Amino acid sequence: MNKTPSDRIKRELTDLQAVAGNGLLHRRALLRGGAALAGAMTGYTLLPSALGQQLTDDAWSRVPGSTVPDYGSRSRFEKDVVRTLSNPKGEPRTQHARTPHHLINGTFTPNGLHFVISHAGDPDIEPDKHRLVIHGLVKQPLVFTLDTLARYPMVSRMAFVECGGNSAPLFSPQPIQASVQALHGLVSCSEWTGVPLSTLLDEAGIDPKAKWLIAEGGDSPHLSRSVPLSKAMDDAMIALYQNGERIMPGNGYPMRLLLPGWEGNMNTKWVRRIQLTEGPGMTFYESRTYAAILPGGKAYQFYFMQEVKSFITHPSPGLAMKGPGFYEISGIAYSGYGRIAKVMVSADGGKSWAQAALQEPVHSKAFTRFRAPWRWDGGPAVLQSRAWDEAGYAQPTRTQLVAARGETAQVPPVTAFPSQHYNAIVSWSVERGGEVKHVYA
Amino acid sequence: MFTRNPAGLAALLTFVLSAAMVFAQAPNLGKPVSPAEIAAWDINVLPDGSGLPPGSGTPADGARIYTAKCSACHGPEGKGGPSARLVGGEPVKNMSSEKTIAGFWPYSTTLFDYIRRAMPWQQPRSLTNEEVYALTAYILSQNQLIGERDAMNAQTLPKVRMPNRDGFIVRFPDRTP
Ligand code: HEC
Repeated sequence: MNKTPSDRIKRELTDLQAVAGNGLLHRRALLRGGAALAGAMTGYTLLPSALGQQLTDDAWSRVPGSTVPDYGSRSRFEKDVVRTLSNPKGEPRTQHARTPHHLINGTFTPNGLHFVISHAGDPDIEPDKHRLVIHGLVKQPLVFTLDTLARYPMVSRMAFVECGGNSAPLFSPQPIQASVQALHGLVSCSEWTGVPLSTLLDEAGIDPKAKWLIAEGGDSPHLSRSVPLSKAMDDAMIALYQNGERIMPGNGYPMRLLLPGWEGNMNTKWVRRIQLTEGPGMTFYESRTYAAILPGGKAYQFYFMQEVKSFITHPSPGLAMKGPGFYEISGIAYSGYGRIAKVMVSADGGKSWAQAALQEPVHSKAFTRFRAPWRWDGGPAVLQSRAWDEAGYAQPTRTQLVAARGETAQVPPVTAFPSQHYNAIVSWSVERGGEVKHVYA
Repeated sequence: MFTRNPAGLAALLTFVLSAAMVFAQAPNLGKPVSPAEIAAWDINVLPDGSGLPPGSGTPADGARIYTAKCSACHGPEGKGGPSARLVGGEPVKNMSSEKTIAGFWPYSTTLFDYIRRAMPWQQPRSLTNEEVYALTAYILSQNQLIGERDAMNAQTLPKVRMPNRDGFIVRFPDRTP
């Protein structure tokens, strides 16, 4: 009997050595198997002549297309790929817009899907009238316009920005059933371009007594945060561009402070003023909102670092599996300490692990996409990812994190922020029918 | 200055290039600005009281302003409404505890700083410094952190010690490699 190409692919797939329990394959299985195998890995192309119909010229291919617009927008078929809004009517309280990580891919967040938290809406800033003042413990207080800043030597870098309260629903004692967007949507990653803050501070002349700065926005709460001067002189930036275009209004138009790897709230949007000081200001957001209460009642102050973290975006709750076969497990990993060194993936709730492939280049303090090929046999599985960064930190287990930081007494609303800086391992359970659920494992 | 000496020319070129690079690193385009020019923006108040403006206000003055400008959101007498309560609350025990001014905030100066920059929510920067002192005095007195007649000003406010002042563990820079 003649062997068809798909028989050959089937055999090759069956022959692939699982490297960890429950069907996890070697991270380079796809590459080794060649193109035919890579096609087969989607899980949907194994049947011979799966199409079952003859191709004809589609309607859109038989007429000229529409006029090219001066500013492009995505296909009308993608209109459901949107952020979720916590306060769509703009009532007098904070607004959150969360990134749909399960509906996008790659390592950058499109500008329109970048997460936003605005404590009193997005200001409508006229760029020509916006000013950035640097004063306090400096030799010469200075004021900059957008035009003058645009003449400075610039740098571009990839950087994630993460709200200190991202993933806070996981402080719940029971796993809350919600999408990766609802659970982890307050982190995004962009290429930011702007002027190193150190250039501007040097120009103003730093008084040796200065150890901190207080950055303030031109929004209506005039949001202010204290930042150690050491960070400002290390890799802080006055960012003017986000993924090549001017920063989005919700992300700080026309300029924001970027502190790569540090708590989102400190990356002052719409920045209009930087005052150098000896000590921190103990502003509202640092002394109250972003101070995390620990078991026993003391609270962390100045928890700046967004520590090593990863979560699986595909599959994830809401993305049901369509039958046994081959899938790519994929997700994002990042650390405020630098580059991601390694991501391990488990399909059996952490009993065994396979190393995931990292998308090159791996940027410091930016999203790193990881991928691992998986042969799902249709039975129950618990998917996890665990990341390590170049500083040597490992993503903690949930048990470790809860032991140090606690959990809530009752299940909180999914939109609540009982505490901050949750970076423990996340577990998705794949049920027999293909439904994906959030579990603690 | 002309030279036919190639080494001299190279040296000159190197000098010109590196001078250009130094210039490129510091275009020096910031405009000097005077304290008077930035006075309206210069609103940071630090825990030691620096940045506090002249002026003074009492709880009684604050009560009147509070009813007119704050109670719609923060409730009558500051006990809470659509927005957070400003009066009352227990010491915090764990992450399920409410972070109230009396139970959590470490510094009294933060209250002045925050009201002045951000409140009332729909019309920030509309209060005079006197009004901000008065509102701060009212909230502190309702929380029994100062007396009913104590005026708040640049001298008295930083001396108000908040109950949870020592309730914090400074995390930075302990884990920075
Ligand atoms: C339209 C509603 C509204 C009005 C009016 C209003 N506030 Fe607020 N206030 C808010 C909101 C919303 C927040 C929370 C802001 C945040 O957390 O980003 C807040 C927060 C505060 C806080 C911090 C409370 C805490 O512990 O979190 C203080 C103090 C405060 N307001 C004082 C005042 C004062 C004083 C006035 C009157 C001058 C006032 N507010 C008027 C909506 C309002």
